[in-house]
Amino acid sequence: MLDALTVAVAVTALALAAWCGHAAYRDQPTKDWHFIGMAVVSVLALAQLVVGVVQLARGERPEQGMAVFIAYLIGSFAAVPAAGFLSLTERTRWGSVTVAAGAVVLAVLEVRLYDIWGN
Amino acid sequence: MTSGETDVSDTDRPEVAAAPKPSFELGTGPGRVLVWFYGVFTVAAASRTIVEMARGFDRAPLAYTLSAVAALVYGFITYSLVRGGEKARRAALVCCAAELLGVLVVGAWTLAEPTAFPDSTVWSDFGMGYLFIPVILPVTGMIWLRRAKTVAV
Repeated sequence: MLDALTVAVAVTALALAAWCGHAAYRDQPTKDWHFIGMAVVSVLALAQLVVGVVQLARGERPEQGMAVFIAYLIGSFAAVPAAGFLSLTERTRWGSVTVAAGAVVLAVLEVRLYDIWGN
Repeated sequence: MTSGETDVSDTDRPEVAAAPKPSFELGTGPGRVLVWFYGVFTVAAASRTIVEMARGFDRAPLAYTLSAVAALVYGFITYSLVRGGEKARRAALVCCAAELLGVLVVGAWTLAEPTAFPDSTVWSDFGMGYLFIPVILPVTGMIWLRRAKTVAV
């Protein structure tokens, strides 16, 4: 369950990065549709956070330590919304670049999360 | 009649008109992307430090202290970029130089004497564990901060 979500978040994050990167390439700020895309990725990341905490509560333990795992779960959840807020006040192509960068950071976090959880 | 007037574009308008010189923005435009990356690295370095310290400072005191220093430098640069103004620009420039120096020195140090570092830091191996962004970031930062001056003055 957690691994499936990790893959789903990583893939959608990369798609979001490509989409916003394309908007930046065309010299456009983030639009409503981009924010819907960000919401989808954020909901998936939130689901991952919940599932991760539930698995911890069930007594399952991540391979590389609890604190690191929780820190990465929270970071993954916060990454895209934080970049989205920055792009709200930056109505140029650079706002789109910021969201694309945020989504790439999220994808990297997911790879690390996969390693940290292990099993 | 307003629609018929030809507007003076921003580039043609003389800047002298503005009464008290507003503190110019460092964290907008391309600077916004820098704010994002510096913000991410502040959080990354700070949380890394907290986790490492919680596990036991004595395991690798040098590495953990360097992580804490990195977190402080990143945090200060993020703050300066958001704040803007000439003073913040200069302070951020100095910090970016310190950051670059830190990455290069620590990077070389970890390769030359791995035994001094039982655990790695953000700047180990020139930031390889962070996709070399720790090396790229201060260089981009300094380019942006130097350019911001010529734009503002």
